Amino acid sequence: MSQWKNFAKGFVKENPVFVLLLGLCPALGVTSTAINGMAMGLATLFVLLMSNMVVSLIKNFIPEKVRIPSFIVVIATFVTVVDLVMAGYAPAVHEQLGLFIPLIVVNCIVLGRAEAFASRKSFMSSMIDGLGMGLGFTFALTLLGSVREILGSLSIFGFKFMEGDGILVFILPPGAFIALGYLIALMNKFKKA
Amino acid sequence: MAKKESTFINMVATLFIVTLVASTALAYVYELTKEPIEAAKLAKKLQAIDAVVPEYDNQPVAEMFKVAAGEGLDSLEFYPAKKGGEVIGTAVRSYTNTGYNGLVVLMVGVLPDGTIKDIQVVEHKETPGLGTKMESPKFKDQFKDIDPSQVVLKVKKDGGDIDAITAATISSRAFSEATQLAVDTYKKGGDK
Repeated sequence: MSQWKNFAKGFVKENPVFVLLLGLCPALGVTSTAINGMAMGLATLFVLLMSNMVVSLIKNFIPEKVRIPSFIVVIATFVTVVDLVMAGYAPAVHEQLGLFIPLIVVNCIVLGRAEAFASRKSFMSSMIDGLGMGLGFTFALTLLGSVREILGSLSIFGFKFMEGDGILVFILPPGAFIALGYLIALMNKFKKA
Repeated sequence: MAKKESTFINMVATLFIVTLVASTALAYVYELTKEPIEAAKLAKKLQAIDAVVPEYDNQPVAEMFKVAAGEGLDSLEFYPAKKGGEVIGTAVRSYTNTGYNGLVVLMVGVLPDGTIKDIQVVEHKETPGLGTKMESPKFKDQFKDIDPSQVVLKVKKDGGDIDAITAATISSRAFSEATQLAVDTYKKGGDK
């Protein structure tokens, strides 16, 4: 598999949210606005990239039976770094995302990629895989956040383009499921065509 | 290179090294971000204070004092705003646990004569699009520049003078309650 294919698969063919349906908890929880979705996506991208790189580097020094605990420690470290840096330099976003940042630790994409990909492949492939998957996740969350913000608050990235209240349900949790369902349906349509 | 054997010593040593490196790295990042985090928290507090009291020339955060709010309640933080040594307003950090999702924290600006200047919502978990409208001027301005002894700080459903937000009576009630608590506590000890 070429590195380009390896990178691009995270967007469409194996998009974590739309195809693998992984990491749906943050995907549904924080995407009430496009900015929140993007911030959450970027935070996950960083963790995914760093943990994939580190795991592929240390994989030969980790005994088989303790690999999962070791990977979790690596992931948790990067998540805490993101949490602290965000609290210090982007307090407004940090407050919005709240609990979902520490919860990246248990996001199945991150451990999934570490276990299924980075612990078997080379450093280069793992890095590209982390980047592709992370960007795919960011893309999915930003898209979902945009759709919900446009329909729910009649604004995009905080910029109000129309007066009024929008369809309230799209900001609430049920709207997250509805929007995600339609996006997955569209995604499948395009993939077949 | 072959994978390491899963012997007891190997496993213990590996986990020890991994956690040691991780905690060292985290300690370093923690030290690095400690100051920005403190600064961000302070800036947020100051922003809320600035919005609810007249222009001041002292350090309200440094001169903060606490006043007991009553039995079973946490004491409230008072931030006095002074100009030329004269108190020109007090920002009262008030709260209630009766919001739709629990805690609602307000910063209520009270002038020396007891009138409310303005109110800022500091913290809440209300429903987006419904309860969050308590931050909108349409609702909040009902509390602006009023004399709390003339206005009953309750929603109209409870016999007060406040128009509740449509579909968010509980949030409106919580907002009024927290404001009332600030006013009551201010009467007890705001002029200190």
